[in-house]
Amino acid sequence: MSTTPHILMCPPDYFGIEYEINAWMKKDRQVDHPLAVKQWTALQQVLIEAGAKISLLEAVKGLPDLVFTANAALIYRKTAILSRFMHKQRQGEEEHDQAWLEANGFKIHKLPETISFEGAGDALFCGDTLLAGYRMRSDIKGYQDIGTLLGCRVTPLELVNPYYYHIDTCFCPLSVDTAIYFPGAFDEYGRKALTNLVPNLIEVNEEEARSFACNAVVVNKTVATNSGCPDLHKKLKENGFCPVGTPLGEFVKSGGSAKCLTLRLDGEEGAGWKYKSGVDANTQA
Amino acid sequence: MNLSTSSTAAQKVEVSGHIIDSLILSKVMDCIKGAGGSFQVEKCTIGEGQHDPSYALLSVEAPTQEKLEEILKTIAVHGAISIEQKNCQIVSADIAGAFPEGFYSTTNQKTEVRIDGEWIEVQNQEMDCGIVIDLEKKLARCLPMTQVKEGDQLVVGHGGVQMHPQTKTENSHTFEFMNSAVSTEKPKGIAIRQIATELYETKKSGKKALIVGGPAIVHTGSVEHLSKLLRGNYFSRLFAGNALATHDIEQAFFGTSLGVSVSEGDIIESGHEHHLRSINRIRRAGSIANAVEKGLLTSGIMYECVQNGIDFTLAGSIRDDGPLPDVITDALEAQQVMRDKIADISFCLMVATNLHSIAVGNLLPAWIKVVCVDINPSTVIKLNDRGSFQTIGLVTDVEPFLRSLVSEVEALEAADAI
Repeated sequence: MSTTPHILMCPPDYFGIEYEINAWMKKDRQVDHPLAVKQWTALQQVLIEAGAKISLLEAVKGLPDLVFTANAALIYRKTAILSRFMHKQRQGEEEHDQAWLEANGFKIHKLPETISFEGAGDALFCGDTLLAGYRMRSDIKGYQDIGTLLGCRVTPLELVNPYYYHIDTCFCPLSVDTAIYFPGAFDEYGRKALTNLVPNLIEVNEEEARSFACNAVVVNKTVATNSGCPDLHKKLKENGFCPVGTPLGEFVKSGGSAKCLTLRLDGEEGAGWKYKSGVDANTQA
Repeated sequence: MNLSTSSTAAQKVEVSGHIIDSLILSKVMDCIKGAGGSFQVEKCTIGEGQHDPSYALLSVEAPTQEKLEEILKTIAVHGAISIEQKNCQIVSADIAGAFPEGFYSTTNQKTEVRIDGEWIEVQNQEMDCGIVIDLEKKLARCLPMTQVKEGDQLVVGHGGVQMHPQTKTENSHTFEFMNSAVSTEKPKGIAIRQIATELYETKKSGKKALIVGGPAIVHTGSVEHLSKLLRGNYFSRLFAGNALATHDIEQAFFGTSLGVSVSEGDIIESGHEHHLRSINRIRRAGSIANAVEKGLLTSGIMYECVQNGIDFTLAGSIRDDGPLPDVITDALEAQQVMRDKIADISFCLMVATNLHSIAVGNLLPAWIKVVCVDINPSTVIKLNDRGSFQTIGLVTDVEPFLRSLVSEVEALEAADAI
């Protein structure tokens, strides 16, 4: 099944560092706003050129991180499992994410209020498995419900390094059998589980991982990353992908990069369900 | 699998999901061992297909309670939750008017739910409801099925819910002498004296008593007995149906109950029309209170209620004649009115009514004292069978019961006056 890749972005109109909720954020290391706008626009252009259709979520004053649409929800066909942000500072985003997704035909599923879950930032399909980060932002207890709802295997992976607080900062599926990852973000169990589950696992070195190399957006064979990841780009080319670097330093200050700025609405390239017809009974809209 | 004989503290934990290929189960086991504990696998179910979740129940042991707590805290992060320390599972209601599948079905016993590690007492305890949670205020209360709104946070499953059944001793109050719930053979005098004491003490301590009555109170000629208790403010509320009020008013207007002379016991000519004429007269007045105010109704149970400010609720049924204008004909509305009015009741006397006794029994929490008096033992048995275990039953005719109750209450008043 082939569709136009469809991505949700939110312009950085009100983007800035207004609080500190991860190891990257420092209020005294502010964002150069005009530069952030330039970098965001350039990323949007890269994605359009790669063949994606971009939809926009309206920015909201007082919600600086709404720009990171990857954290809005986990998308599975026409179902959106809405995020329940761990930090109060981001909880205000939930109603705006819900409103947009509902208005655009998604059936909303909410996890219990006692569970933290940060959407596609912490849950990525690779083949038939949903690989899901826990401990930093998302609660392992929510993953069993998600597995039951979607009827798929969910593999929780503990995130052990505070600089890689969402799984999309240290792992990115490129296709149903290939993914990039930074081993230092996982413990031994996580590394072993990933090795067993993903047939072609490409390692990212620490220096490039720190530049958010793993926080990549995949559109067909194009892999968009922050600039300054030559080693990864070389490996991607060897594996038949077309890497594109675009500077996203202003967003790295806030703990995000290319992938964090996007939410794939029609399923990531690595999502196995995307290539299968039929709608799961539990999630039928 | 791995059991240390020197362990002194133990607790069972469960871990579920895709715990095998994610190596979560191995990690949990290693964490236990790494922290100086040990474990036994009590149960382990491996998902058959790739998408099927697995489940493991482990008994975790440690040399000290402190060490055990430390281990439990460590493994909780990886989803291994102590069965005893599990938070209740909450899901949003997907539709209005029905619970989600697997909802926790309540009893009338004191219940607590665990939210964020804290045990919260469930309010408005009532059997056959669900439990709705207000996470912000950390409140839990029983919610009837019909009142579910979409998005309500409801408890599902049994994890994180604990019930504290009322023991016989806790509920013994003055009725220790009755070991069986239904007393047919026991001396009635002692029982009635103790019920009178309960009623007297309830009034004296400023608490509220409820009377649930059936029309037999009128048929048996007991209106004056009950009227005396109402005048004495021994009851704060009356729950009944159309029949009790109608026959009481019929007696006040015509001296008959269903056409039979209450004083003479003989059938009066055209007496069968009396109850309908009574209803009609009250309907023309607009309400029972209006009829009292206009001087139409000058005696009886309903008259005493109006005159003494005793709140009454009349719940209708399908076979009602009329009904009287005060009767609530919507069953769900009547149920809700009754639910609201039992909140501050501490003693309940049910006399000669099957339907209303069961209806009220369904609403009352198990710690409210209930005495059910009926000539038919099956009424009391039914109440018990349907879960109102706290009910003490007395099988006797209504008239001698109420007559004795009045004289016992009067004796207590006289003794107190000295």
